[in-house]
Amino acid sequence: MAVIRDVMPAFELFQPLTIDDAMGLLARYGAQAWVLAGGLDSFDWFADRIKRPAVVVDLSQIKELRGVRSVANGLEIGAMTTLTEVVRHPIVRQNYGLLPEAAEAAASPQIRNQGTIGGNVSQDARCWYYRGGWPCYRAGGNICYADTPTGLNREHAILDADRCVAVNPSDTAPALIALDAKMVIRTPRGERVVNAEDYFIGPGIDITRMTILQPGDLLAAIRIPSAWTGAQYYFEKVRDRKVWDFALVNVASAIVTSGNSIERIRLAVNGVAAHPVRLKAVEAAVVGKPRNEETAELAAQIAVRGAKPLQHNGYKVPLMMNLVKRAIRGAGGKVAA
Amino acid sequence: MNLIEWAQSPWGEQIPIHIAWSLLWVSTIGGLLFLVGHAVYVRYWAKPATAHSEQAAVSAEIAAHVPERVARHSLGARLFHLIMAIAMIALLLTAFLPKVGVRFAWVTYHWIAGTVLTVSIIYHIIHASFWLDFWSIWPDKEDREDASRRIKRALGQPAPAPGKFAKYPLENKLYHLVVMLAGLAVVLTGVFMMKRVETPFFTRNPYLFGDMTWGWMYVLHGLAGVGFVALVMAHIYFAIRPEKLFITKSMIFGWITREQYLEHHDPRRWPVSEQDSVTGQPKSKTVPA
Repeated sequence: MAVIRDVMPAFELFQPLTIDDAMGLLARYGAQAWVLAGGLDSFDWFADRIKRPAVVVDLSQIKELRGVRSVANGLEIGAMTTLTEVVRHPIVRQNYGLLPEAAEAAASPQIRNQGTIGGNVSQDARCWYYRGGWPCYRAGGNICYADTPTGLNREHAILDADRCVAVNPSDTAPALIALDAKMVIRTPRGERVVNAEDYFIGPGIDITRMTILQPGDLLAAIRIPSAWTGAQYYFEKVRDRKVWDFALVNVASAIVTSGNSIERIRLAVNGVAAHPVRLKAVEAAVVGKPRNEETAELAAQIAVRGAKPLQHNGYKVPLMMNLVKRAIRGAGGKVAA
Repeated sequence: MNLIEWAQSPWGEQIPIHIAWSLLWVSTIGGLLFLVGHAVYVRYWAKPATAHSEQAAVSAEIAAHVPERVARHSLGARLFHLIMAIAMIALLLTAFLPKVGVRFAWVTYHWIAGTVLTVSIIYHIIHASFWLDFWSIWPDKEDREDASRRIKRALGQPAPAPGKFAKYPLENKLYHLVVMLAGLAVVLTGVFMMKRVETPFFTRNPYLFGDMTWGWMYVLHGLAGVGFVALVMAHIYFAIRPEKLFITKSMIFGWITREQYLEHHDPRRWPVSEQDSVTGQPKSKTVPA
């Protein structure tokens, strides 16, 4: 549990008007600088006095980072576009319905009005030991308090844990992976475009970060190609309460069928590892197969291979299996043609 | 500059968590400065090879019995050195590349290399204790006396000429001593640290020690680890120095030439005899002690 203290520690605030200005500030202050998007993750850290950046670079005044634009072969969403704007945008709703469905599942209406899509995919882990300021692996220490014999780990990872067992809390991340989105990153060396699934990293690669962003880097936009326009989408999020809660597990899929057979598929889950997991083995196994119960069962079995539940999160294995099944079947009338 | 990073445990206790990673650069730069300093000293200030004492002169009778190739390292010893070197390089790369920005899932590689190092060291201790001349690598009284003479002569003070080395020069022996201490530190702490990660050897138990003990263990592991950066740099540097190349070659091929033996070693302190066959080293002809 986070320890609430009096007020945020002092920091120097910059509100650049252009991306170039922001990049200049990030280059100038390096690891001392904290990039502020919607502030919903950041202000928790600051108010609890656990993260104490010397400099905060607030991106809210940079118009280039906001809005949804049509680009060749798809759509580009500025990183500072709010989740509500994503949910309400007509083209996004019409062609990429998976994303607004995922974005609308995040948090609460007030938070979606303030929270940005860039912030949603770049937010930090929600493990309470880590958020509580304890010196765990993710905080630079040498222990995972959640993965101890007495640790509270009901919400933690069942896949790809490496010392740290925290999970990625983003709802839009699996949807973006299913849509084969590209993350446009501005770095001191120029622009870099990476696949959404490569944007996220696990603790084995860097235990103190959730994404490939380095000090000085900035997520500028997210590009969604048109390749999956018109696919059948499925998104489902299971959480403890219906609103204002992080996913225990969520699933997102885009499926193109030919007759009753699965011709192409992209499938991702989140809440089960420190990064959203694209289920490539499942995708490979179900391509060419009919979209029925048998294929769904096969997909579910493959999806949880290698899962290692902790003391209190064994339920995530059948939960993930069932969500994968439902994504393959398109159950509950959620399949949008 | 802080040498150690501290944190507050959930129980409000200030605990060490690991060394300050800037020490990696201290060790690297310190190692480089030593290499440059040594190279410059040898090039411009060091006196020519010191004349050896009369006592160290080798009689013609003894010299006549020295074989063309004098066995220096057995096959077992050479294989140990090779495996240990590979494991050590793997450990240093997996430990420190992520610290300088090269990202990969390093933990598994690190504990595998650590396991190889640990097993090879256990082999070495047993091999050296029962099959090799255990005491040949430890500094003895003559080493200390010769070191004192060499220092005095280097400083321009009068002193008798030092003798030739036994099987290993004093520098070798001191390096082995330091590496042994640092090696034991990383291995012992590393074995315990494996209790904190998933390995096939142990059931994870992060509560094996208290936070303070764990913290100091990580600090000791880190200090010895960054120390090894400088130690390995120095080792490679000396291995490729022209005047030491014959020692390096002997670690590859197992032997030195008769001339190298007579020039650098004291047959009285390192008799080359049939005894060598017992050590497992290539058999050489008898030289009277």
